[in-house]
Amino acid sequence: MLLEVTELKKYFPVGGGKMLRAVDSVTFGIEKGETLGLVGESGCGKSTLGRTIIGLYEPTGGRIVFDGQDVTRLKGKQRRQFTKNMQMIFQDPYASLNPRMTVADLVGEGLDIHKTYRAEARQKRIFELLDLVGLSQEHASRFPHEFSGGQRQRIGIARALAIEPKLIICDEPISALDVSIQAQVVNLLEDLQKELGLTYLFIAHDLAMVEHISDRIAVMYLGAMVELAPAGEVMTRPLHPYTRALLSAVPFADPVASRQRKRIKLEGDVPSPISILQGCKFQTRCPYCTEACKRQAPPLKEVEPGRYVACLNDQAIAAQ
Amino acid sequence: MSENKDRKPLLKIEDLHVSFMTYAGRVQAVRGVSLSMEKGEILAVVGESGCGKSVTAQTILQLNPSPPSVIEGGKIELEGRDLIKCSESEMRKVRGREISMIFQDPMTSLNPTARVGNQIMEGILKHQKVSRKQAYDRAVEMLRLVGLSNPEQRMRQYPHEFSGGMRQRAMIAMALVCDPKILIADEPTTALDVTIQSQIVDLMLELREKLKTGILIITHDMGVVADIADRVAVMYAGMIVESGDVQEIFYHPKHPYTWGLLDSIPKPGTGRTDRLVPIDGTPPDLIYPPKGCPFAARCDYCMKICHERMPEITDAAGGHQVRCWLQHEYAPKVENRYTTGEGGEDHAAGSHRA
Repeated sequence: MLLEVTELKKYFPVGGGKMLRAVDSVTFGIEKGETLGLVGESGCGKSTLGRTIIGLYEPTGGRIVFDGQDVTRLKGKQRRQFTKNMQMIFQDPYASLNPRMTVADLVGEGLDIHKTYRAEARQKRIFELLDLVGLSQEHASRFPHEFSGGQRQRIGIARALAIEPKLIICDEPISALDVSIQAQVVNLLEDLQKELGLTYLFIAHDLAMVEHISDRIAVMYLGAMVELAPAGEVMTRPLHPYTRALLSAVPFADPVASRQRKRIKLEGDVPSPISILQGCKFQTRCPYCTEACKRQAPPLKEVEPGRYVACLNDQAIAAQ
Repeated sequence: MSENKDRKPLLKIEDLHVSFMTYAGRVQAVRGVSLSMEKGEILAVVGESGCGKSVTAQTILQLNPSPPSVIEGGKIELEGRDLIKCSESEMRKVRGREISMIFQDPMTSLNPTARVGNQIMEGILKHQKVSRKQAYDRAVEMLRLVGLSNPEQRMRQYPHEFSGGMRQRAMIAMALVCDPKILIADEPTTALDVTIQSQIVDLMLELREKLKTGILIITHDMGVVADIADRVAVMYAGMIVESGDVQEIFYHPKHPYTWGLLDSIPKPGTGRTDRLVPIDGTPPDLIYPPKGCPFAARCDYCMKICHERMPEITDAAGGHQVRCWLQHEYAPKVENRYTTGEGGEDHAAGSHRA
């Protein structure tokens, strides 16, 4: 395992002694060279999970082990050393690039911080990176506002690749882009993975795109991971009632088949992550909810080799 | 005129041109758009950002500030009456009463300082001669119709107390409160999660059945289009490049841009084996639009004429219209999975999820 996350928690104080449980005891691992897709609706804690893993937030509890090293609470020099291994690509290519810096300086920022390349080697490395993401050397002296959304995201990718990380956390890297441009960026990410042996944690809400890019998919709901399995399995044979409802809501580009698909409609809204629910997080909206679900939070258990589900009634649901 | 009154479309846009005067030059955002819509019909306008779909919709209600926007030509007829010739005070009677609009982000389009109830009643009190009590009852009825529980309580709440889906429902209630003939929905589900998105799509379909409202929906999500639309118009660089029935557009698309759009979305069930087919390049700069077909520079099937002259809109088989030189009788016959008839079956593969 390249990355192992154990019972990771991130709570935010919201005043009055209350806590918002954004990430509540999440356990999973990512193999080297794999793409793990992380899906869920807004507010389910998927971005917070990504940001906590990379160290933008300090975890409230739990452990993060990267390549055998416990990186949960690294500080100072050790933290800086470690950040070389893990980088992030952000959602909004307009907000995540400093408008006053040239592309060369944006891409080279990581090189300067870690002092890995200097002077001519730095310049050469920057050109190399621009080439790698499909931009040209002439772009180096320009500013972000001169680029389109897709090109900006390429700059963001070059920036993340600069210090040769092993794991890249992609936080909705394509959500802000147009459909035809999304495909360009996804293809680029896939090519880079093959070429450089990268590992991705791919956070997104577009399920079709996640299925396309991921080896395995993890589904989150209200701060908890409810299902984790190979991508094809999740998409064709989801086991958790939430995953089933989520997938059934996704329309696809086929008017006849899409209109005929069976839909599982969920009642009500996602409960607030501030109120503390006893038992399963999905109980308020689950059609299969039993008394036991209200008493005990279901653990993420392996029901088949490589398939994890956090549900007490998964067998009854799978039998249907 | 009265004999063929039934056959007159509810909304008819003819050769609409809209430009924006900017420091950099004249941006020709809409370049000759023609559309028509029948009563109770759902027409989807799809295209990438910057293709002019929102500008077209906003021009119907003349919501674009002028300057910088200028309507340079064309007609927008609502049941035969040209809205472009209407004065501002006449337009004010059209907005909300005959045509109303909902926007992408329900949080920024609701007033955070006013109770939801008052915001919904505002439209009724402005357009109809009714008492406050009647307006209140009508607003409660609308909230119930759009599926909000405890409407009386909701009336007293503020927008921040609503979730994203509830806000969009409230927006729809507000838009439909005066029983308009047309609802324009500009990316109504883009800011919402998929489960909420499917609820809103269902709601719009249901309201169309009940109220016979014509809906003009603007979106870039082909999945939503497949679920909701009766007819589809595909826009590119300020023009409609293809339009037709929803099934025609998805199963027998004729324009290379539509092929590209459909190919760049991942097919369900193919996983990592299939490589996505993006459309290379970027849309043209509309300050200096190309004189030929605007898609020529990105088109795999581009011919010499495409760069030279703008293709005319032609009627293609299956009752749909295409703006492409490939439709010309002398053009080579292009082999594509959509032209060979494989497109339809291929897409039907998605039904395994049902």
